[in-house]
Amino acid sequence: MKIIVAIKQVPERDAPIAIASDGKWIDEDDLSFTINEPDAYALEEALQLKEKNGGEVVVLCLGPERVTSTLREALAKGADRAIHVELDELAGLDTLAVAKMLAEAIRPESPDLILTGLQSDDLGAGQTGVVLAELLGIPHATIIMQVEKTATGLRVKRELEDGWFQHVEMPLPALLTMQSGGNKLRYATLMGIKKAKSKETATVSPGEPAAAAIELARVYLPEKQKKTEMLKGSATEVANQIVEKLKFEVRAL
Amino acid sequence: MSGVLVVTEQREGAWNKMSFEALAAGQQLAAMLGVSCSAAVIGAGLSPLTTELATRKLAQVFSVQHDLLAEYTADGYVTALEQAIQQSGAEYVLFPHTYQVRDFAPALATRFGQVLISDVIAIHDGPVFVRQLLQGKLNADYRKPSAASPQAPCFVSVQAGTFRAESVESGEAAIVAVELTLASNQIRSKPGERFRESAQTVDLAAAPLIVSVGRGIKEEENIAIVQELADALGAELAASRPICDNGWLPMERQVGSSGQTVAPKLYLAVGISGAIQHLVGMKGAKTIIAINKDENAPIFEVADYGVVGDLFEVVPALTNAILAAKS
Repeated sequence: MKIIVAIKQVPERDAPIAIASDGKWIDEDDLSFTINEPDAYALEEALQLKEKNGGEVVVLCLGPERVTSTLREALAKGADRAIHVELDELAGLDTLAVAKMLAEAIRPESPDLILTGLQSDDLGAGQTGVVLAELLGIPHATIIMQVEKTATGLRVKRELEDGWFQHVEMPLPALLTMQSGGNKLRYATLMGIKKAKSKETATVSPGEPAAAAIELARVYLPEKQKKTEMLKGSATEVANQIVEKLKFEVRAL
Repeated sequence: MSGVLVVTEQREGAWNKMSFEALAAGQQLAAMLGVSCSAAVIGAGLSPLTTELATRKLAQVFSVQHDLLAEYTADGYVTALEQAIQQSGAEYVLFPHTYQVRDFAPALATRFGQVLISDVIAIHDGPVFVRQLLQGKLNADYRKPSAASPQAPCFVSVQAGTFRAESVESGEAAIVAVELTLASNQIRSKPGERFRESAQTVDLAAAPLIVSVGRGIKEEENIAIVQELADALGAELAASRPICDNGWLPMERQVGSSGQTVAPKLYLAVGISGAIQHLVGMKGAKTIIAINKDENAPIFEVADYGVVGDLFEVVPALTNAILAAKS
């Protein structure tokens, strides 16, 4: 089974966020970047499927030069090769424009399965996978916890709301968006890191991006929904203040 | 092309109650734009539901019915709703932001060359649609660019709890049946029965006091200090998703969109940044106290009391102070 894993590089979770001077995105200059967490689960699932069923795992990422570090890490974890769709300027691109570029890079590969995370930690639109499936004309399922290869295709476990699940059967080729938590993520081994150096990363240039269907006009700090009273002091002082609130306001003590 | 169309959600004849929040959003957007609001119901055997919607202030209620829509499939819904939206001529199409909508609406928007503006938390004049970025650290205003095709609708999904279901206005609406072209070979996936992993042994929804732990706890063995705090307080221990993903606490203790929704008297959040998927599960708590090292953590936007500090110092101190107060 040939599997393509579409991954995104996003700012580290703890990264301090500053709004860019044009007010339309964040200042990326001093940020450190990492693999989008749900995409890490998609990669893990792909590697496990390959271990069980054989085949090839190809990682795909769109972005500037910096994303090659995330691709190298995926290769070190066990992906066989990488495709870097090199594009310096991501601002102004919407999901459809990004998905079209990814689709162009995927088509010549004719994969059996495409995996990606259910959403990104930065934009969080949660749509790239579904749009990609629609553009490629293949079936999809979202928020997937487990994937099983069957004689005719796939049987997947889909997460629903409030602790419910559902199995869905589908033919291949197909696209799945992966939820976190279905597997335990592996670390790259020293041997893996060594091997990654000899693995191939193909760099491709995307065509002109499609005109945006939606526009991100402005980003800003959210207004507070409640007036939060901040409790200050040493740990003991703060603890005593909380106890006061628990006694007299929450009436929990 | 004009008007707002709200696509509601039902399963086996029972509403997803977020449908009415989306209807409220649709009516308010329509009023803002000075146009009419309509609704669509999709599935099979829908007449009680369409009759119910016909008593709301809507121009039309589109009945999108077919035997092949009895069970949800993305292929069936996309094919059917594409036809319903074309028939409605709507300029804005609104959805509740449910797991099901997340599964099909992006593909539906793609059919129209459009992009869904997902998980919207407010609608302002313009119209401008507000959604969150970076796990809630920033808000962003989205709109349809002026150069965009006026012939294609704008697709928007509305976050749970953003609009009030009770504010849906009553009225009278005409029911319109949508003639569908839909064949079984267009539906490529086969859904199975819905199931739960195991009987839930913890009912967090019934707990008056909840102490909840998140990523800030760093290591599995550190969970113990939060457990001690919960025990001292007589509270249930809960967690955000990453803690349960790591297997540090069972999934049934997870609060958030994929776990339980709670509204306790007290929700004490320890090391939880407050990603939107978590907030939707707990923002109904009467009093929220948050302890987090990052003063910009979105949890502080919903907290009544906040402590910016090291949880490894504050939590044991708080446990001791509670035990002292109780003795």
